[in-house]
Amino acid sequence: MHIAIILALIVIGSVVFHFLSPWWWTPLASNWGYIDSTIIITFWITGTVFAAVVLFMAYCVYRFRHREGSRAAYEPENKRLESWLAIGTAVGVAAMLAPGLVVWGRFVTVPSDAAEVEVVGQQWQWSYRLPGKDGRLGASSVRYVTPENPLGLDPNDPRAQDDIIVQGDNLHFELGKPVKVLLRSLDVVHDFYVPEFRAKMDMIPGSTTYYWFTPTRTGTFEVLCAELCSTGHPYMRGGVVVEAKADYQPWLQQQKTFAELSKPAKASALKQEGVTRWDLK
Amino acid sequence: MVDVTHGVAVPVAEVGDVELYHPRSWVTKYVFSQDAKVIAIQYSLTALSIGLVALVLSWLMRMQLGFPGLLSFINADRYYQFVTMHGMIMVIYLLTALFLGGFGNYLIPLMLGARDMVFPYVNMLSYWIYLLAVLVLVAGFFVPGGPTGAGWTLYPPQAILANTPGQQWGIILMLVSLMLFIIGFTMGGLNYVVTVLQGRARGMTMMRMPLTVWGIFTATVMALLAFPALFVGSVMMLLDRVLGTSFFMPSIVLMGEQLKYGGGSPILFQHLFWFFGHPEVYIVALPAFGIVSDLISTHARKNIFGYRMMVWAIVAIGALSFVVWAHHMYVSGMNPGFGFFFATTTLIIAIPTAIKVYNWVLTLWRGDIHFTVPMLFALGFIVTFVNGGLTGLFLGNVVVDVPLSRTMFVVAHFHMVMGIAPIMVIFGAIYHWYPKLTGRMLDDTLGKLHFWVTFVGAYAIFFPMHYLGLLGVPRRYYEMGETAFVPPSAHTLNEFITIAALIVGAAQLAFVFNLFWSLRHGRPSGGNPWRATTLEWQTPETPPTHGNWGKELPVVYRWAYDYSVPGAAEDFLPQNQPPMPRTP
Repeated sequence: MHIAIILALIVIGSVVFHFLSPWWWTPLASNWGYIDSTIIITFWITGTVFAAVVLFMAYCVYRFRHREGSRAAYEPENKRLESWLAIGTAVGVAAMLAPGLVVWGRFVTVPSDAAEVEVVGQQWQWSYRLPGKDGRLGASSVRYVTPENPLGLDPNDPRAQDDIIVQGDNLHFELGKPVKVLLRSLDVVHDFYVPEFRAKMDMIPGSTTYYWFTPTRTGTFEVLCAELCSTGHPYMRGGVVVEAKADYQPWLQQQKTFAELSKPAKASALKQEGVTRWDLK
Repeated sequence: MVDVTHGVAVPVAEVGDVELYHPRSWVTKYVFSQDAKVIAIQYSLTALSIGLVALVLSWLMRMQLGFPGLLSFINADRYYQFVTMHGMIMVIYLLTALFLGGFGNYLIPLMLGARDMVFPYVNMLSYWIYLLAVLVLVAGFFVPGGPTGAGWTLYPPQAILANTPGQQWGIILMLVSLMLFIIGFTMGGLNYVVTVLQGRARGMTMMRMPLTVWGIFTATVMALLAFPALFVGSVMMLLDRVLGTSFFMPSIVLMGEQLKYGGGSPILFQHLFWFFGHPEVYIVALPAFGIVSDLISTHARKNIFGYRMMVWAIVAIGALSFVVWAHHMYVSGMNPGFGFFFATTTLIIAIPTAIKVYNWVLTLWRGDIHFTVPMLFALGFIVTFVNGGLTGLFLGNVVVDVPLSRTMFVVAHFHMVMGIAPIMVIFGAIYHWYPKLTGRMLDDTLGKLHFWVTFVGAYAIFFPMHYLGLLGVPRRYYEMGETAFVPPSAHTLNEFITIAALIVGAAQLAFVFNLFWSLRHGRPSGGNPWRATTLEWQTPETPPTHGNWGKELPVVYRWAYDYSVPGAAEDFLPQNQPPMPRTP
């Protein structure tokens, strides 16, 4: 008897908790409201199923509890019932999967007018790179990384020279402008995660991954690493700022290019390179 | 169903009885035993012991999350070591070993009417190699640098690089231990499969086997196919770590230093890991599905509803689980096009799984439900499994997974569905079969206390945890620190979860006490205390002796679920009871 009441209370408690919970997703700051909508659909369907199954179970447990002289029915199968339940489940699953796949289609289709920005992860900090005047990011490789060239840009690639490097500062985004975030790691797997944007993706050393979004709300948001990257993982934080074009442009103007940053060091770097080559011979 | 319930045609035995190996000394009887029942108990006790270690680790983790800094010896290194060891122990060394090595060994021969496993000597080796694997794993706690703290998924490059705790010895021991486990498991696993296919008693057709055997059998076949992927991954990572090869290692700059690795693929490891790792979820779940079906049927005194559908659902889930692995990798940076395929296969697997849930509940419908402790745990399983299974529909649906992956939502989901739910079944199964092992019942009052605290407590731990994930709290954080979007109330919730976890953990001590206390003081059970139909309850002696069946092997005349058959005097007909003589 009391098991039936507790089963019912679990359903009621879960539903009440869901609606009263102060823990809910952060206010959205990107175009991925579609994702939030898909979650809401999923909550409704799964919540209904959970309540229905457990309440039905509570009823059975109450109604068919053992009493003196009671005896169970004998019914090995019921083809009709089983088929209907399977069909109903398939419909419910399709109702979640279909919108999910449509939204995923958008998620993986980067708009052609998206601006590119690169995020580089390493233990345990974030750095950023924006294309310079030529609008393109230059080549890069872990092999080029030196103290003077921390992001490993190819010094021989002319397109890399005007790339803008942001280190130890927040990354800024222009409000309403779609952006393709290219993700690169120098050491282990990291994950560039801003909860308000909903999107996230791992960065894998040795390859470049990406996702895209459109910032839809101005403000400063926290960046976290979402893939275990050893003991400094919880401290790998950063910030991003979403601002209108009028505020974004002055920020962009202040940033230094790769050429500007590496100029004083360039001579010594070349010299060092010469020495290394000589040694190899 | 006439042919099943009243089947008269019993095939003749094709081969005669084989002479069993008989132990001659105490050592060969209880230590290096070749009797599957002894091996089962060895497996179970080892798994439960290492499980207690994992329980303590979970307490320590929760203390750090709920009351950061209170236990000053938990630094970040140790925290990640606890996380890693807790996960690996629970999934592999407890759940897999207990379901297959423990329940598999005990129940397969007895439920099928066999005298023992087909290859008893290999079966014995299987346990001793498993024990060695456990010891190598535990050795990690005592070597310089401690056990690995790479997370139980062991993702390279992190797992073998210098900044990761346990990089010196821990990771090597972990990989060696996994390889040993797989070798040991393969020996046992081949045994289970061959015994099911070849060792059944006369009349025990495949479609008369109890669902417990179907679950363990299918899970074993899956494990034999899935574990090699982990074995290969472990070998390659070990080579990367020890010999400096670059299977999984690209060019890396670590803290400003160029490493000598280059050209390897970190994501290849993830594919190998999850090609094993997803079937692994069902390797744990399918035996639980099977066992819980038998618990529900026995204690509701009603045949399992839709037996044939249940069997096909087990087989379908087993097959499908090999084509869903990359749903663990939606945000791993693999080709995003994979998302369409893996989301579709993942959600399709929900259909056979849902059918199983419906059939369990429909077995209760018009049953005669006895609220025994095994039945309570079975009901607890259904609630937690339905809850955890449904949140799987969030994470399986690729685009919904994007914001939720890597958060506490994932932790809550998999603990509910493959932590709490299978453990509910393990407890139910132990309360159910303990009388067969010992001839005594476990104490009922302690059992009910154990159930209520565990069930309600575990639900209180993991249900609210989903909402921390929804908020965006990432998993595997040693401490959250000051984070703008995390309100102070989230910390209060963490404290609550920790307190609940301590209480639930303490309740397990009541269970351990019960196991030992009832051995001496439990009520004598007799051979068939639950009035069950399956063969293990029909042994001539309880506990069953060497060879299980005395002189005569049982002959099977009916399926495993003849409960409350109309017209029968008793409300159960054992599988070896000949058909009722037809009235002329």
